[in-house]
Amino acid sequence: MDLKEKLISSFLAFENEGNLNLDSNTHATRLKAIKSFEQHGFPTKKEEDWKYTNLKPLLKHDYCLFPTTKNPVGFKNIRKYLLNDIETYTLIFIDGVFSSFLSTTTHDDCDVCVLSSALNRPKYHMVVDNYFNKIAKESESISQLNTAFTIEGAFINVPKNTIVPKPVQIIYFSTGSEKEVMLQPRNLVIVGENSHVQIIERHQNLSDEVTFTNTVTEIFANKRAVVDYYKIQNDTKNSSLIDSTYVSQKMQSVASVNTFSFGGKLTRNNLEFYHEGEGITSNLNGISILNDKQHVDNATLVNHKFPNCESHELYKGIYSDKSSGVFNGKVVVKRDAQKTNAFQQNNNILIDDGATINAKPQLEIFADDVKCSHGCTIGQLDESALFYMQSRGIPKKEAKALLLYAFGNDVVEKIKIPQLKTKIAKFIATKLNVKLGFDL
Amino acid sequence: MLSIKNLHANINDKEILKGINLEIKAGEIHAIMGPNGSGKSTLSAVIAGKEEYEVTEGKVMLDDEDLSDFSPEERAHKGIFLSFQYPVEIPGVTVTNFIKTAINETRKAKGLEELPAKEMLQLIREKSDLLEIDRKFLSRSLNEGFSGGEKKRNEIFQMAMLEPKLAILDETDSGLDIDALKVVAKGVNKLKSDKNSVLVITHYQRLLDYIVPDFVHVLYNGKIVKSGGKELALELEKKGYDWLK
Repeated sequence: MDLKEKLISSFLAFENEGNLNLDSNTHATRLKAIKSFEQHGFPTKKEEDWKYTNLKPLLKHDYCLFPTTKNPVGFKNIRKYLLNDIETYTLIFIDGVFSSFLSTTTHDDCDVCVLSSALNRPKYHMVVDNYFNKIAKESESISQLNTAFTIEGAFINVPKNTIVPKPVQIIYFSTGSEKEVMLQPRNLVIVGENSHVQIIERHQNLSDEVTFTNTVTEIFANKRAVVDYYKIQNDTKNSSLIDSTYVSQKMQSVASVNTFSFGGKLTRNNLEFYHEGEGITSNLNGISILNDKQHVDNATLVNHKFPNCESHELYKGIYSDKSSGVFNGKVVVKRDAQKTNAFQQNNNILIDDGATINAKPQLEIFADDVKCSHGCTIGQLDESALFYMQSRGIPKKEAKALLLYAFGNDVVEKIKIPQLKTKIAKFIATKLNVKLGFDL
Repeated sequence: MLSIKNLHANINDKEILKGINLEIKAGEIHAIMGPNGSGKSTLSAVIAGKEEYEVTEGKVMLDDEDLSDFSPEERAHKGIFLSFQYPVEIPGVTVTNFIKTAINETRKAKGLEELPAKEMLQLIREKSDLLEIDRKFLSRSLNEGFSGGEKKRNEIFQMAMLEPKLAILDETDSGLDIDALKVVAKGVNKLKSDKNSVLVITHYQRLLDYIVPDFVHVLYNGKIVKSGGKELALELEKKGYDWLK
């Protein structure tokens, strides 16, 4: 039985055994989603948006869809994956199941808790009905698959005029309790008018077993809300991730999604911004540093529908060995979106002959009074810059690493949480395999 | 200290240096002048070990050691410093962190421990005071957004920190106004001793008003066609290069 059949045949049992409320609107949403997935199946390379990412090898495994055996996980096992030097709210999931023991939630000024309780508690039905699966793309079958199997994930609900005092860390661990596991976490983030929240999301395999994560995040930024979202992707070589993040913004809100891809076997990031008002700012930043046979595909969309909005997109990539990258950045400016400022930049460095990058900027502009630009470069390291550093006594290997570090620096500079910035800078130094000789 | 013997060098199979002989003793300042395309910058790059250049004949010796087989960083460790005409910008790496890395790599190559943070700081203070460099400058990203003058001062600051035996100043005067030029020259003069040497590479005589050479050499078409004292520079300023061809 192939994975698609297995998923479809598991669906009924999932709904029955999951203690899910079968009378709710959510049930109808799930049913519709599984039908859509049944019709379209997994995306293939024949589809334009998936041309450079082949999911086939991922689909060959016999995944356990609902891991039940438990590997004990204590704080000492996960500590190093967390940002420890500042206070945060944390939502920790182990093999898809929420661990209240390892987490720090809140219901005080805002809700930082789990989606399952939001889905099942009458108190939240209005919220769920208004927001759940409202912006996840209908034509993206992989997102529909996630919707059908939505059972758990992060639920962050910030009422209006609230500044969430601590960043929120959402971390999904897999433990290798099963040889091959498929996880489908779902996050819902709702940020009220004039409110502000910072979120860090990570998926981490604690074992060498195979993990395939298909996650969906929906983010709603209401009027003048500010959302800073950070994705850390530094997983093991047997872990693959399809991350689909959909952002809906109301007037004058500012939403930033920063994606740091350093590890994992295959990573696909769908990142889409939809504007629902004027004066909106959308920021998309990313850096991919890959080696071995790693593959990262960043497929982004900014949909400008209203006047006087801005988008700033900056993606950088450093590819070694036989790694491969994809940048597919689409910016749409609709006829009414006059005075739009849309900027896109994608810079790549290929270190080795075996590394590849497929870069495809797409601008579709239907308004006539706009400022839009895009730039895409693919290059090698600057030899004269290397010589400069060598002439100061810095060996070639360290000089290269320093130059690459500098290349990615403007993305790192966008990080607004200083401790996270330090952590990412250290990741980069480690990934480039160099001791820089100073604290970052 | 530096001894260049019959040096021939190519880039992309084109011969640029066609037999250069030059002796620089400890404590001396030499200037190399010459028109565009005469091979001045090639000579400095070849001494520093830039890999694109192929030495086809002859050699460069430092303290009687043939440098041919050494990489640029190894030459730096042995005491050669090249100040660049166009220093490279490195965003995200501060002047302080860059020089720390350079110093500690040099120490590592010599089998020494890293310089303790406190001593490093002290050294940085001492040298920045000597060169009248604002401390704020040291926490800026290396050369990023620096003016021409700031870039050259930063080069001299690095030179002060690394204390080379031989400093090569490649077109250090280009892009500098007269005040900036004076500041840079003052720095070089302060660092000069009877144990180190300086090789100034320049188009114009004006830098030599401030860094006064013991010897002036004229490079033309890949060869040194004339050598003399500092008065030769003045003569070149007056007559140009044509009379030497």
